[in-house]
Amino acid sequence: MTRYLARKVFIYLVTFWVAVTIDWAIPRFMPGDPVERLLSRMQAQPSATEALTGYYSEAFGFDVPIWQQYLNFWSALFHGDLGLSIANFPTPVSELIRGALPYTLALLVPAVLLSFWAGNKVGAMAARRKTLDNTVLPVGYVLTATPQMWLGIVLAWIFATTLAVLPVSGAYDLGIQPTWSLEFVQSFLEHWILPFSALFLVAFGGWAIGMRNMIIYELEADYSNYLAALGAPTKLVRKYAYRNALLPQITGLALALGAVVAGAIVVEIVYAYPGLGTLTLGAIQNRDYFLIQGIFLFLIIGVLIANFIIDVAYVFIDPRTRVGMQGGA
Amino acid sequence: MAVSNSSEVPVVTPCAQAPSRGGPAGDSAAGPRLRVRVHRSEFLYFALRNWKFGFGAGLVLVFLAVALVGPLLTPHMPLDFTGPTDQPPSSEYWFGTTSFGQDVFSQFVYGLRAAFLVGAVGGGIAWLVGASVGFTAGYRGGWVDDVLNMLTNVVLVIPTLAILIIVAAYLNVHNYTTEALLIGLTSWPWAARAVRAQTFSLKTREFVDIARLSGRRTRQIITTEIAPNMSSYLLMMFILLFGGAILIGASLDFLGLGPSTSMSLGLMMNNSFLSSALLLGFWWWFVPPGIGIIAVVGGLYVMNVGLDEIFNPKLREK
Repeated sequence: MTRYLARKVFIYLVTFWVAVTIDWAIPRFMPGDPVERLLSRMQAQPSATEALTGYYSEAFGFDVPIWQQYLNFWSALFHGDLGLSIANFPTPVSELIRGALPYTLALLVPAVLLSFWAGNKVGAMAARRKTLDNTVLPVGYVLTATPQMWLGIVLAWIFATTLAVLPVSGAYDLGIQPTWSLEFVQSFLEHWILPFSALFLVAFGGWAIGMRNMIIYELEADYSNYLAALGAPTKLVRKYAYRNALLPQITGLALALGAVVAGAIVVEIVYAYPGLGTLTLGAIQNRDYFLIQGIFLFLIIGVLIANFIIDVAYVFIDPRTRVGMQGGA
Repeated sequence: MAVSNSSEVPVVTPCAQAPSRGGPAGDSAAGPRLRVRVHRSEFLYFALRNWKFGFGAGLVLVFLAVALVGPLLTPHMPLDFTGPTDQPPSSEYWFGTTSFGQDVFSQFVYGLRAAFLVGAVGGGIAWLVGASVGFTAGYRGGWVDDVLNMLTNVVLVIPTLAILIIVAAYLNVHNYTTEALLIGLTSWPWAARAVRAQTFSLKTREFVDIARLSGRRTRQIITTEIAPNMSSYLLMMFILLFGGAILIGASLDFLGLGPSTSMSLGLMMNNSFLSSALLLGFWWWFVPPGIGIIAVVGGLYVMNVGLDEIFNPKLREK
């Protein structure tokens, strides 16, 4: 078990190192002078250009050898220094991200967990049950093929523009201070439900179909047939099938994290939800490169942590990883 | 989810059993040539009777036809400011017009073309990289496997969209082939893992041993002995990668990181969203691109399940 987790942690450390190196290398090894590139695409006024040239040159630290730049980048990173935002000069990038992170997590965590739970349940129920399967299968496929931002747009169009029952943008009414008052919580939930639904529904479809197909495989396995031949009730056979089918689904959850994060980014943009996604769009539009790089690092750290949590959970769920046998994600 | 499609991974995984050569009718008297034909017709027999395969493939083909023929049906170019603004669908403008007076139908058909291009090129590259890495790692084993497996795991964990955002932010993406290349180079890992696992189990079979004893080269053994035995698997992998690439491409275009000089379905959503079409209720602008993506990607996925049932008799409906 320790070996299994140690292997995983080693992979995550390598991944983190690769990600940071990419983050460092991309501006430096693209053709041309990065500072000039950035400024030419920002189309700022001449006076601003001068100030920005100074800032960028200093921030990139080009005056020292390349290996020194690399070490400086790491040391700045460990001090939590991700540079300053250009669009919100001189707010530090880390501060902007810290402000946006809670909103992204408030969308992502419930959407991931609830869709995984509900999707697996519904998928397992639908497998090899003709009538239910005939609804779950097509609905699941439509949902899993839907781009989240489009579902977000359509939900907003139906519930906010046409029916006018829910707000269309933001995370709470602008007249309310974000404190733990009942009024704020209510306003927050009203704004939260649509982006949450867009993320939840698309993910739900994927899990339901995955589980439905896995259960069919498991019900065809020898142990299922053997159990059934012994006269075990169908309910028991399906219970064992569900347990076995859940393992690849959990592996799938780790694989899907990147896609879920991507979904959250685009859905937040649709609802102008003040999380990392909206921050990303602003950064792209303002060519705020340090902010983009900072968000990139944060997304990777988040996905790595989530992966690690899933690995630990896997140890508890799959006994084979505990005794050092094969298996595991 | 954009690539909740990665949650599809387990879906294909267990269909490891390659279609049995010769099929049920493969008696020894029939001779090799006939056996192949029997196998083909068996595939056709089940393919024609599988509604999932038929429906999915039909849907994809219809939209492919629209993408190919569509531009001939409209005199307007997707980016030209041709007509009145904000018009709902009419006989002149089938899907209405945008707030800039562009023809939505024209944008839609050209956007479909871009989607098929990104899917084919992006999915194709991801398929090539994934299959090469998977075959090499699985067949060679040892340190080659260790290194490739590490590489796979690293690329697997880094969110594709995150890395594409940072690359596309610094690199101006001028056309959809570049975009597809970026997508292909970042979305192959799950395919590599799946192929690696299959290769592991196939390389210990007797026919591979015999090929090795007869002195064939590694590449030959992989292409003539191992790959054909998982051809169904490789085909389904390509279909999933194709659909995944379309979804990732749409997200990138929606973020405004794709090419802006030609139209895509994601860019249509981006334009309509930025022009507040949502608040103004111009549904004809933002509904079609989503329907197009759902139809093509959903059609591919349904076709995939159908193929799974065709190749693996255990899965056929009872």
